[in-house]
Amino acid sequence: MDPENLRYTKEHEWVRVEGDTGTIGITFHAQKELGDIVYVDLPKQGAVVQQGKTIGSVESVKAVSDIYTPVSGEVVEVNGSLVESPEILNKDPYGSGWLVKIKLSEPGEAGQLLTAAEYQAYVGTESS
Amino acid sequence: MAQPPVPLKTTPLNAIHRRLGAKMIDFGGWDLPVQYASLLEEHHAVRQRVGLFDVSHMGEIEIRGKEASSLVNYVTTNDASRLHIGQIQYSGLLYEHGGFVDDILVHKVADDDYFLCVNASNQDKDYEHIHSHNQFEAIVENAGSRYAQLAVQGPRALDTLQKLTAVPLAPIRYYRFVDGMVDGARVRIARTGYTGEDGFEIYVPPGDAPCIWDDILAAGAEFGIKPCGLGARNTLRLEAAMALYDHEIHASITPWEANLGWIVKMDKGNFVGREALAHQKDRGVTRRLVGFEMAGRGIGRDGYEVCIDGLGTGWVTSGGPSPTLNKNIGLCYLPCAHAEAGGPIQIMVRGQAVDAVTVPIPFYKRKR
Repeated sequence: MDPENLRYTKEHEWVRVEGDTGTIGITFHAQKELGDIVYVDLPKQGAVVQQGKTIGSVESVKAVSDIYTPVSGEVVEVNGSLVESPEILNKDPYGSGWLVKIKLSEPGEAGQLLTAAEYQAYVGTESS
Repeated sequence: MAQPPVPLKTTPLNAIHRRLGAKMIDFGGWDLPVQYASLLEEHHAVRQRVGLFDVSHMGEIEIRGKEASSLVNYVTTNDASRLHIGQIQYSGLLYEHGGFVDDILVHKVADDDYFLCVNASNQDKDYEHIHSHNQFEAIVENAGSRYAQLAVQGPRALDTLQKLTAVPLAPIRYYRFVDGMVDGARVRIARTGYTGEDGFEIYVPPGDAPCIWDDILAAGAEFGIKPCGLGARNTLRLEAAMALYDHEIHASITPWEANLGWIVKMDKGNFVGREALAHQKDRGVTRRLVGFEMAGRGIGRDGYEVCIDGLGTGWVTSGGPSPTLNKNIGLCYLPCAHAEAGGPIQIMVRGQAVDAVTVPIPFYKRKR
């Protein structure tokens, strides 16, 4: 269920690298744990972000969860539809629920993140 | 993972919750469902149709004996002497200094028999407190293990529960109860709730709880019933601005501050905490529980600081999204000078001041 072509973090974000751009989002597991998502706080276009640092937050009815960017670079696009319809994150976390696109400043970073298989193994141990 | 030092307490419905795929949490030492499929759908089910909650963690304390009513009236703030048999009263248990031990429901079963429903995590503390003030001919019993409790809540709650009992439910008025047979078991049927909707809370023998649970879900299927977790219970009670212990009320909060003066009867005679309450009233109450709505983008949540003109002046006791109103709402303590509705305040949301405005409570009131 976690796409093979993405890379993952232990904080439950994913990144899809296409050329010099990384699209990031939160995983299926993350949205399921949070429950109904009602609010998304994202960085502004043009913001420079650093791998592992907080760039925003996702809130469900019950909980607040920070978003840590899996890659460094400059935010070149923000998924504005999430402001009005944050529930997209529950419905389609790997598709229309993407958060931001980042122009990569350190293209090597993504390769060091978890593969889908590694991430699934990690989620398995975390939840047991 | 480290094992918790004490195993979590479970209700008789634990296996059912797990079978239904509920997400379970540690709620004050109890293993309870926070939600089944979707908190929002559960919330809407209660507002529009009917929902079923396992609230077996709630505690029960029974007070019996010739002077049971004197003891009840001495340890509670409301006037229990005004209760008729079969009537229920929302009331407070206070410390001598006027802060809350707990908020409770007092059921008058007979002249010498009172049944208290108390908060789960306060049960032992409440029992000790009442016991320590028992200078009367009365027996206090911690009866939590003898009852499971189910809450059937929502506009179709009556239609649902009526299918399982010959007891006419419509004549049971709000805050009244009757004892009778439901689904083959002897239960206490109370027209109370913690959601702001019509509904019933039933106290059942633990062994009968799984069968009654399943049969209520089956009876309510035609109305679109949903099993509901603690998550929806919290959003529903917050919309109705009902107090939650350790949030709106606790040992350092008095009824005057919590907008609960209506459950205090100063003229009923002496009771534990009365002197402190009289003293505070004389000096003047300085802070009060106030409702707010977020105006800016952001959600004020439990424990967040409240500022007015950049100065920290209060704190959020409960806050979050209101699924019914589609707004972000909350309750907070503010100095009385700022307690009027319509005032601009700011909530500190992770280091950022976000605009909010004080509003009248409850946020939601059902149409009758």
